[in-house]
Amino acid sequence: MQEKKRKLTIAKAMAEAISLEMRASDDVLVMGEDIGKLGGVFGNTLGLLDEFGPERVRDTPISETGFIGAAVGMAAAGMRPVVELMFVDFFGVCMDSIYNLAAKQSYFSGGNVTCPMVLMTSVGGGYGDAGQHSQTLYATFGHLPGLKVVIPSNAHDAKGMMAAAIADPNPVIFMYHKALQGMGWLGTVQRSITHVPEGRYTVPLDKAEVVRTGRDITLVGLGHTVHIALDAAAALEAKGIEAEVIDLRSIAPLDRETILASVGKTGALLSIDDDYHSYGVGAEIIATVAESEKVRLKSPLKRISYPDIPVPFAPEMEHAVLPNCDKVVSTVSAMLEARAHV
Amino acid sequence: MMEPTREQMLWMYQTMVASRHFEDLIKPAYFEGKQPVFNMAKGPLPGEMHLSDGQEPCAVGVCAHLRPTDAVTATHRPHHIAIAKGVNLNDMASEIFGRANGLSGGRGGHMHLFDPRVNFCCSGIIAQGMGPAVGAAMAAKLRGRDDVAVAFIGEGAANQGAFHETLNLASVWKAPVVFVIEDNAYGISVSKRQATAVEGNAERAAAYAMPGHFVPDNDPDEVFRVAGEAIQRARSGGGPSLIEIETIRLEGHFMGDAEGYRPEGEKTSLQEKDPITRYRARLESTGAAAGDLDALEEDARSRVAAAFDHARQSASPKPDDAFTTVFA
Ligand SMILES: Cc1ncc(C[n+]2csc(CCOP(=O)(O)OP(=O)(O)O)c2C)c(N)n1
Repeated sequence: MQEKKRKLTIAKAMAEAISLEMRASDDVLVMGEDIGKLGGVFGNTLGLLDEFGPERVRDTPISETGFIGAAVGMAAAGMRPVVELMFVDFFGVCMDSIYNLAAKQSYFSGGNVTCPMVLMTSVGGGYGDAGQHSQTLYATFGHLPGLKVVIPSNAHDAKGMMAAAIADPNPVIFMYHKALQGMGWLGTVQRSITHVPEGRYTVPLDKAEVVRTGRDITLVGLGHTVHIALDAAAALEAKGIEAEVIDLRSIAPLDRETILASVGKTGALLSIDDDYHSYGVGAEIIATVAESEKVRLKSPLKRISYPDIPVPFAPEMEHAVLPNCDKVVSTVSAMLEARAHV
Repeated sequence: MMEPTREQMLWMYQTMVASRHFEDLIKPAYFEGKQPVFNMAKGPLPGEMHLSDGQEPCAVGVCAHLRPTDAVTATHRPHHIAIAKGVNLNDMASEIFGRANGLSGGRGGHMHLFDPRVNFCCSGIIAQGMGPAVGAAMAAKLRGRDDVAVAFIGEGAANQGAFHETLNLASVWKAPVVFVIEDNAYGISVSKRQATAVEGNAERAAAYAMPGHFVPDNDPDEVFRVAGEAIQRARSGGGPSLIEIETIRLEGHFMGDAEGYRPEGEKTSLQEKDPITRYRARLESTGAAAGDLDALEEDARSRVAAAFDHARQSASPKPDDAFTTVFA
């Protein structure tokens, strides 16, 4: 029987997943700044305080080193903390607890101590919040062994990936993009608001998804740039170009097989992300393809990313430097054009 | 006790009025283009906007003692402090509007105001300014100057690691620095009571062997007295102090905040404690002529209005400007 469609935002889908996992296990708890009465600055803990009370939904002081360290300790004791630090830009104040502690618990204990915690945080700019509130920093975290780093592009995946992250015995950095979150005040890409099944389910954290098939070029995105790629693919279709679009979902682990299979078919790759350019997600994807002995390329591998500069405040500057649909369309057109002339 | 002179009292009044008028002009400008459905990305002032209405006494009572060569580091809620420290109004307004002639050419916006001419800066990361204030203080001390530094933070920031580290460091180094906590009772939605183990943060000074002062009731004259003593102590080689000022936040945490976390009726009772209205009443009851105060207000408002006109008429940066000044 067809289940009734219920469209949720990513924010609501995250809250629903956390709520279901909290009902299923007393070991799951939530903590962070403004996650109680306010329901999270980005709405992803709304309703949890009312349902579970302040013991399991804990507003913390602005003491990130303290409470993220405490979460690692809780996790080592077998609990499953879901911790929020509202902007990825703020991780600097507590980085030690993340990359030298959470990420290394399992290794330093020879696998005897686990760290089943989720650290959720918002990423992305485009709304004029300037350089300490608009970064994405995917690659910064993807670079650190021992951390899983995931980012959903739609509500269905957000719910399933949150459930999978809570179940995972490792620390998972769960990034959500502000342009997709479904908070009215940030504007939201409508495509991210999807049907979300009511019950518990998981979406694997190590599988990318081909969200559109095509034979001419592979576009790889994550979070918001999946939608930029899909918009571009629709525009390219009008020009007779068939683009395949991959939603990475996770950068650590990175599903290299799905990327290689697609580029093996299309022979062309454009990676699109909104993190700093150098040493970034695009570099890793391009290296993955470049190192493959099987893939036959028809064009040079390309990437669109955010340049190596802090995020400026003024929209005239910020909008010009962010990736967008037009940049993807013109880059793809140029790539295929050049190929035609070889 | 250091008492404010009549002239200093009038400066404090006029500067509070200027600061409030600055915020009053931001309000309609901020909502331009963001209606009917509030969208933070739109309009001439995109992004978060943290207003300082109600907190003006903290800024003027402290900055009344400072020279341009003294350093101030402020927070994500910086306008009142910037204005009291003497940041150029036109350049500041231009920056907040993201104009090419703003303090940083539109790169920083309202949370990142830097004016080295008067040694002012601020930051959007909680408690980030505390270390730099100690550094500025030590630079003055090592060069044999009697300049001081002041770090402003909110009461929520007193629970950050950086707070405790810098207090200890400043004390060990006898840095000429004053730490000023603006206690507006909330860090976004979380009340001080919920987040802070001690009754008042002034108590925490004892842990770092420095004087701790509490200034009740958001009173500019009392802030002036207490800050004067702490700044004098720092200037004369006596080392750091900590001051916590009881103040009020008359607006939401940021513009667009629904403030559902406030108890019923709190907002109205805060409005009744508006420090500018109260200070005017004090000035009048101690002999200031209403007409003279009106003239001071008028002058402050027209300077602020001129700064907004200047900003609105100024040119936007070019897209390629984004690529300059990444490195010196
Ligand atoms: C390191 C860090 N953590 C969290 C935040 C998010 N944040 C911005 S303002 C704020 C509350 C600050 O409260 P307080 O210090 O009392 O200052 P107020 O906003 O009341 O002026 C928080 C948690 C941040 N900017 N930086």
